[in-house]
Amino acid sequence: MDFLKDPVAFIAKVLSDLLAAFLPAPVVSVLLLIIGVVVVASFSLVLPLFLIWFERRVVGYMQDRLGPNRVGPEGLLQTIADAIKLMIKEDITPYGADKVVYNISPVLAVIAVISMWAVVPFAHNIMGTDLNVGALYIVSVGSLGTLAIMLGGWASNNKYALLGAFRTVAQLVSYEVPMILSLLVPVLLARSMGLNDIVKAQEVWFIFLAPVAAFIFFTTSVAEVGRTPFDLLEAESEIVAGFHIEYSGMKFGMFFVAEFLHAFTVGALTAVLFLGGWRGPGAETYPLLGVAYFMIKAFAGYFLVILMRAALPRIRIDHMLDLNWKFLTPLALGAIVVIALADKAIEPWLQTLQPGIAPWARGGVLLLANLLLVLVTYLLLSNSARRIRRAAERGASGGDAEHHDEHHEEAHAAPAH
Amino acid sequence: MPALQIIFLIAAAATLISGIMVVTARNLVHAALWLIVSLFSVAILFVLLEAGFLAAVQVVLYIGAIAILIIFAIMLTRRVMQDTGPQTNQQWWVGAIIAVALFAALFVVLRQVTYPEVTTAIPPDSLKALGNSFVDPNQYMLPFELASVLLLAAMIGAIAVAGDKK
Amino acid sequence: MLDNWTFIGLFLLMAAIFPGVPIILQSLILGPKKSNPVKNSVYECGIETVGDTWVQFKVQYYIFALVFVVFDVETVFLFPFAVAFNAVSLFAVFEVTFFILILVAGLVYVWRKGALEWV
Repeated sequence: MDFLKDPVAFIAKVLSDLLAAFLPAPVVSVLLLIIGVVVVASFSLVLPLFLIWFERRVVGYMQDRLGPNRVGPEGLLQTIADAIKLMIKEDITPYGADKVVYNISPVLAVIAVISMWAVVPFAHNIMGTDLNVGALYIVSVGSLGTLAIMLGGWASNNKYALLGAFRTVAQLVSYEVPMILSLLVPVLLARSMGLNDIVKAQEVWFIFLAPVAAFIFFTTSVAEVGRTPFDLLEAESEIVAGFHIEYSGMKFGMFFVAEFLHAFTVGALTAVLFLGGWRGPGAETYPLLGVAYFMIKAFAGYFLVILMRAALPRIRIDHMLDLNWKFLTPLALGAIVVIALADKAIEPWLQTLQPGIAPWARGGVLLLANLLLVLVTYLLLSNSARRIRRAAERGASGGDAEHHDEHHEEAHAAPAH
Repeated sequence: MPALQIIFLIAAAATLISGIMVVTARNLVHAALWLIVSLFSVAILFVLLEAGFLAAVQVVLYIGAIAILIIFAIMLTRRVMQDTGPQTNQQWWVGAIIAVALFAALFVVLRQVTYPEVTTAIPPDSLKALGNSFVDPNQYMLPFELASVLLLAAMIGAIAVAGDKK
Repeated sequence: MLDNWTFIGLFLLMAAIFPGVPIILQSLILGPKKSNPVKNSVYECGIETVGDTWVQFKVQYYIFALVFVVFDVETVFLFPFAVAFNAVSLFAVFEVTFFILILVAGLVYVWRKGALEWV
């Protein structure tokens, strides 16, 4: 077998031939499994070193200044210098902190993020493992991260950490609902929960089939990470550093690494679910090209996350929760219903078309259904905004005497528009 | 002993031991954490039964939603840092006798069941069959719809009890 | 299929070890250990802490988690339906729409009751 056509199987065969000389067969297979685990886990842990430098440089350029560019060529070793600094700091545990929980919490936060990379498909035959419930697995390990934050905030024996942890968990838990709902849409379109199956089903990228779901998934995943504009978790000017006030040294470093890796994972998951993952010209025959396409798309998603951080202000917590429960959740539910109905209704018609244009026809119809949903949402929102504006104008200009006129005014105004 | 059996024994022991720790821990939040360990061990047992979907659902719902709800309730209603009340009351021996009697009765009953060994493999598209069974009028469509009514009732009941602050 | 889950199990173990090593390295080996009461005191914007560490009970936190549980269960019900989408009929899609509508009714109830406000 060719290295270019199937790199993982080739390397596995070479290694197993090497090891079979002095180890029994089941031990060899377990050892290969462990080597695979170590490779994927190390990749996902080494990646933040590059991601942090990338983010600081890009944010710097967006703010019309240079980012770190002294340490190493173009500042690439800056993250390593920061890691060394964190390593040699003193480990301060606050008085009265719950030792076990205080120490487990950063480890749990990192576990939650690294474990997501076990099911991400880099190419059609390069991935950690092809789990048949990959999408739900990603949600389940994401929820471990929420738990880690709450435990970290509570274990610090600090009022501000506890308050920050509660607000954080309220935000994360709220935004998980539209995230899971919009995750349902690619599963629906691909008829499978496995991430590799979802990528294989994207002859037309799902972002064209379900732009509403892509927008909701991206936004809610950014809120799950705790990035601006949703970064109440660590609003420096409001509650100091939120739940990680009392963490210093490498424990804080672990929270930091987990956040940046999670931000990149959001980009990678958007690429896998909506931008076609490793798909591209020639990716089927040369898996390494597939890896390249995937990384380009993942970095494009990550760049968008950084752009949002550099450009948008923080939103208030009650606006944020209103946005989630009163806009994103109904919109996500509506998107599921619309896409399910549309996909099922055109199924008999699609079978009469040629196999070449069937995916594009399906894409066109679903895109139209999505645009219809967006139009209906816009009309509903503008209607309610008009009503609120009208009530505010009445309240500001009239006072109590004109209350009984409000109904007449609105009844007259509505047909006029 | 095959590896599967070893993993089962470890997971079952973890479930039982963390279950005991839940009820004997002095600190309530520690009890909630032991509960999370217990639920995670049950997820491992689901994996051993080749029910990967149920294992993921166990983690998402129980650990990601219900455990967080329990921890919220604990943290918001008690000053848990200093919570070291008495662990048992005066009638603890009555509870112990009842628990041992119940365990003995269950043990006797379960010993009399013959567990047939399943030799057919689980079909690879069991998840698809599950989804189909939810919406097939001949199978579980009615319980599926009733489940949504049950969830609605739960939500309304909770808001009626907890949300009347205005 | 068990091979996949064995990978995941080993991955979780490795994922627990990887961050544990730098933390242990830093706190036990590399970091200086000169603790004094001022350094270890809890942060409160530069003043001494007053009273115990607890937060006033706000029912909002609990209600958000509660509504989240209900919608989480609903979504988990929808996942097998999504996987079996090829084999179901159009009538089934209407059934699932009905399922979703019942829970949207619940959301509207919670909204109108004012339980989603953060005051």
